[in-house]
Amino acid sequence: MSDTRILVIAEQEKGHLSSATARVLDAASQLGGSIDVLVAGSQASEAAQQAARLTGVSGVISVEDSAFDHMLAENVSALITSLAEPYTHLLCASTTSGRNVMPRVAALLGVGQISDVIAIESADTFVRPIYAGSVLATVRSLDVKKVITIRPTAFEPVGEQSAASVSSADSTGDQGMVTFVEEQLANGERPELGGARVIISGGRGLGSAENFRLIEGVADRLGAAVGASRAAVDAGYVPNDLQVGQTGKMVAPELYIAAGISGAVQHLAGMKDSKVIVAINSDEEAPIFQVADYGLVADLFQALPELERKL
Amino acid sequence: MKVLVAIKRVIDHNVRVRIREDHSDVDLTHAKMAMNPFCEIALEEAVRLKEQGIADEVVAVSIGDKSVQEQLRTALALGADRALHVSSDTAVDSLGAARVLAEVVRRETPGLVLLGKQSIDSDNSQTGPMLAALTQMPQATFASSISIEGDRLEVTREIDGGLETLAMSLPAVVTTDLRLNEPRYAKLPAIMKAKKRPIESLEIDTLGIDVTPRQTLLRVEIPRERQAGVRVDSVDELIDRLKNEAKVI
Repeated sequence: MSDTRILVIAEQEKGHLSSATARVLDAASQLGGSIDVLVAGSQASEAAQQAARLTGVSGVISVEDSAFDHMLAENVSALITSLAEPYTHLLCASTTSGRNVMPRVAALLGVGQISDVIAIESADTFVRPIYAGSVLATVRSLDVKKVITIRPTAFEPVGEQSAASVSSADSTGDQGMVTFVEEQLANGERPELGGARVIISGGRGLGSAENFRLIEGVADRLGAAVGASRAAVDAGYVPNDLQVGQTGKMVAPELYIAAGISGAVQHLAGMKDSKVIVAINSDEEAPIFQVADYGLVADLFQALPELERKL
Repeated sequence: MKVLVAIKRVIDHNVRVRIREDHSDVDLTHAKMAMNPFCEIALEEAVRLKEQGIADEVVAVSIGDKSVQEQLRTALALGADRALHVSSDTAVDSLGAARVLAEVVRRETPGLVLLGKQSIDSDNSQTGPMLAALTQMPQATFASSISIEGDRLEVTREIDGGLETLAMSLPAVVTTDLRLNEPRYAKLPAIMKAKKRPIESLEIDTLGIDVTPRQTLLRVEIPRERQAGVRVDSVDELIDRLKNEAKVI
């Protein structure tokens, strides 16, 4: 389809473009056609320069207005719909922001929405997981405008190009419906779970919040992000934003190390697309071993310090 | 204040879903069905708001064929004051559901609409924000805590980096995440009583709404299962294989 025109809605924070953008662009390029990127919020112009250098981008629209900080759905959806007219496809990562904003955009445009796409078959046909990833559905959109969220980990980040042009658009401003009060974000010493190349997660087997230091020790040696199973979160060892799984974060790093995690379906749904999976568990019957490329039956309290020492 | 809670009937979360032999769709024949777990959380929150004296009426609504009355009766047993069945012989998608719910909102004028953040069958996570858009209400998705004072609503949301708190005026649409509350179980006398309670009914065709599905399902498949790899005997062997075989460290 030569008349395909795609608008990728990129997230940015304090002028830093979200790392998911390069992966959404991989999905966009598989649709064919021209690709514009929309970057909005305070310091949007800095993030716009980063977006302009990503391969496949024809143009970047930058809208610098603090009304779009925190991706407030009411404000961002008004902006997107004001720009939507020439585009056949509107794409965003299926982050909590994308899943918050894009259905609102779709309803304002009077079209359906296709969530969490993991493969592009054609400009109107997509593959997406249903039933917590236990079934894959291939769906064809009947809408003239397709509003899509893309699962970033299912696509590869695109490379760099010489910068495309950056333009600005009129802000639709604050719709006056919602006020941002505060946020509590996990400290940023380690990489974020969503974009990490290596992740080490701990489970109930760690036994306490203090023992999670064993996980952190290995994480620091590997430059890895720290994750956790739902059991570890529910037991209060770590805050819930570290949870990997169906009801937490979906991750697919190059290396995923599961330590003291039994491997409940709900956890596997969140990490089974990792390239290499390592399981360390004292219970040799643990289901996690059935999906692990390398399994080590060992006492965590010996294996983890040894791993930290020898890496 | 009236609270409207949207409820979806889905496969029980403990049941492993199968697909039809011709891959045309999932096979729900004889599958145990239940209220979507995130909808249970939404209903629980509504009932708690009533118990706190913040809400004075809880209305549960569901869209579907006659079978959804089973989940509406569960809602009545759990504390809903009224149950509304929007009768439809064909399944509606997210936009269709949002359009129907928008019409129900127009008729019922609730101060707050609570929905699950997603249903565990289609995993779309769309209906709440779509309803908010169609009714021009503010939205707070993935709520892990809610507080209401007068017509001011404060919601803490679970976002990728942690938690975020937003403030807005009622009426508003809130979708519930897992940690908002732990739903109660229905008590037997309440279940018995709910069997005799009336369920209000509305024919979807009489609403004058376009609920034509926006997508066609071409096929379904079960993803390829990961195979178990090798057992290593020591930390040394593990490091060696990760370095030299998998080349990931």
